[in-house]
Amino acid sequence: MTVAATSPATEVVPVKTPAVARVLSHQFFQPAAVAVVFAIALFAIPGFFDAFWIANFTQMAVFSIVAASAGLLYGRVGLVSLGQVASYGIGCWVTMRLSFSTTWPFPVLLVIGGVIAALIGVLIGLPALRVSGLYLALVTLMLAAGMEIVLGATKFPNGGGGFTGVVETLSDIRPTRRPSWATTDVAYYRFIVVGAFLMFMLAAYVLSRKPGRAWASIRQSEAAALAAGIDVTRYKLWAFALAAFMAGVAGGLYAGTVPKGMSIDAFNRQSAIFLIAVVIMGGIYSLWGGLLGAFFATCLLKFLTQNVAGHQFWTRFSLSLFGLGLLANLIQSTRAAEKKGIEA
Amino acid sequence: MIDVEDLSVHFGGVVSLDQMTIQFPAGTCGLIGPNGAGKTTFFNVLSGFVRPRSGRIEAMGQDLLAMPDYKRARWGLRRTFQTEQAIEKLTVFENVATVYEHADRGGKAGRVAAVDEALEFVGLTDVAQKTVRTLGAKERRFIEVARAVVGTPKLILLDEPAAGLPDEETATLGNIIRNIPDRVGATVILVDHDMSLVQACCDWTAVLDFGRLLASGPTAEVLHDPNVMKAYLGTEEVA
Repeated sequence: MTVAATSPATEVVPVKTPAVARVLSHQFFQPAAVAVVFAIALFAIPGFFDAFWIANFTQMAVFSIVAASAGLLYGRVGLVSLGQVASYGIGCWVTMRLSFSTTWPFPVLLVIGGVIAALIGVLIGLPALRVSGLYLALVTLMLAAGMEIVLGATKFPNGGGGFTGVVETLSDIRPTRRPSWATTDVAYYRFIVVGAFLMFMLAAYVLSRKPGRAWASIRQSEAAALAAGIDVTRYKLWAFALAAFMAGVAGGLYAGTVPKGMSIDAFNRQSAIFLIAVVIMGGIYSLWGGLLGAFFATCLLKFLTQNVAGHQFWTRFSLSLFGLGLLANLIQSTRAAEKKGIEA
Repeated sequence: MIDVEDLSVHFGGVVSLDQMTIQFPAGTCGLIGPNGAGKTTFFNVLSGFVRPRSGRIEAMGQDLLAMPDYKRARWGLRRTFQTEQAIEKLTVFENVATVYEHADRGGKAGRVAAVDEALEFVGLTDVAQKTVRTLGAKERRFIEVARAVVGTPKLILLDEPAAGLPDEETATLGNIIRNIPDRVGATVILVDHDMSLVQACCDWTAVLDFGRLLASGPTAEVLHDPNVMKAYLGTEEVA
């Protein structure tokens, strides 16, 4: 018997795709959309908005990297980690510390902050090898809380000496330095946009390669991934390392946005939960979700509090909404993880 | 040749495999038995998902149980699952390439050729660039087979590969499965409830019942073995 070249298996079940989806999936769409968004962020936004909104878009650009990193872990590998805020804080701390004690170029500080965050991110990822779903979220939440306590005790460097680099006198506090060629708020905003662009490109590149395919396998079924020869442990740790690197770099970029004394508030447990909620609202699979989630959490929230109702209302409303979305998702993903047995 | 000796698997008080001793010859072998006979458990032991209580498995002279799960895939063990596990988010090409680059440790140089060859073998060349999510159950089953044959597999486990397929597709799949040993040089073990598929693909068949080997030998003989018929249907003929 021979295999017929025209076996019925080659017949494709016609799947109706809506026109919008066809346009979105066209191979020229993605690069074109990226170029347009990048150009708008770089040129149009500084041209049209005042300092107040530039500050908000700056927050959005930084936050989009953190959101994309958490989305990558959740959407592409299936790991719900609340530890991304901890990596974000570590990157911020390291970059601030080095900015006061060295004269190294700022981008170098960012990379070092990212690498150290990645190393610690792998440690945070270790428990992930045993647990998944809601349980992983709980374990990483504990780690985020632990990091909050550590950062709360050491405080963020602000120009002092010693390992922690903290000064106690308010008048001695110095801001984290910015790159010499991007000292103004607008220039630093553009610098962050470029940084975010590079981080998104890095993520997109890795996702399109061997690790991306391994992650897609793991996300669908760990048993099938193992059967395909994928070293699941190694690729999970690799995902934690990449995500922590991205968040660490974002933390370093964030360091330069704060004029006087970094507060722990951006890196506490509540932020950790808020982040994952934002990521879910933005969409976890596409990297665009990181951008969208960051837009909801910064610019849109600010716009609503400015124009539609008070700050308290929207903060509470968004927290409740994000909380509900988060809960629904965690319950669902835990069920999916439990279903994903060997027989799957 | 796959040499299984005294293989026992217990889940709590349930004895899933009971001192199973069997030798699979080269070629395409059938493994049949009523529900709960231990077929999938046996595959899971081979894959490394289930640790046996005792016994040893030697595959082409290699002690299989001594290797961690993902390394068995790299040695040349491939399998499909009862519920098909084609990766929804990836294209058909990427699905097969993933196995090639991880299980086969294949580099970029031979990737396109190896994947194309596997896709051509199962007749999926035309849909190579389609995302699996957009494809039907039929294509997904064939993708799993392509994933199993890509590169240089040594032992391929097919766990009900035709489940849910209409007869016509099952026949096509049967032709493909039958050709695997000649085409890629691997030994195939096929678990299925469809006796016509087993008959069409396998010259040699083993029967499990309650975790024990009931019979083994040439397929036609085994299917007419009175003990086998009893295990399945009382006294009637199986096929």
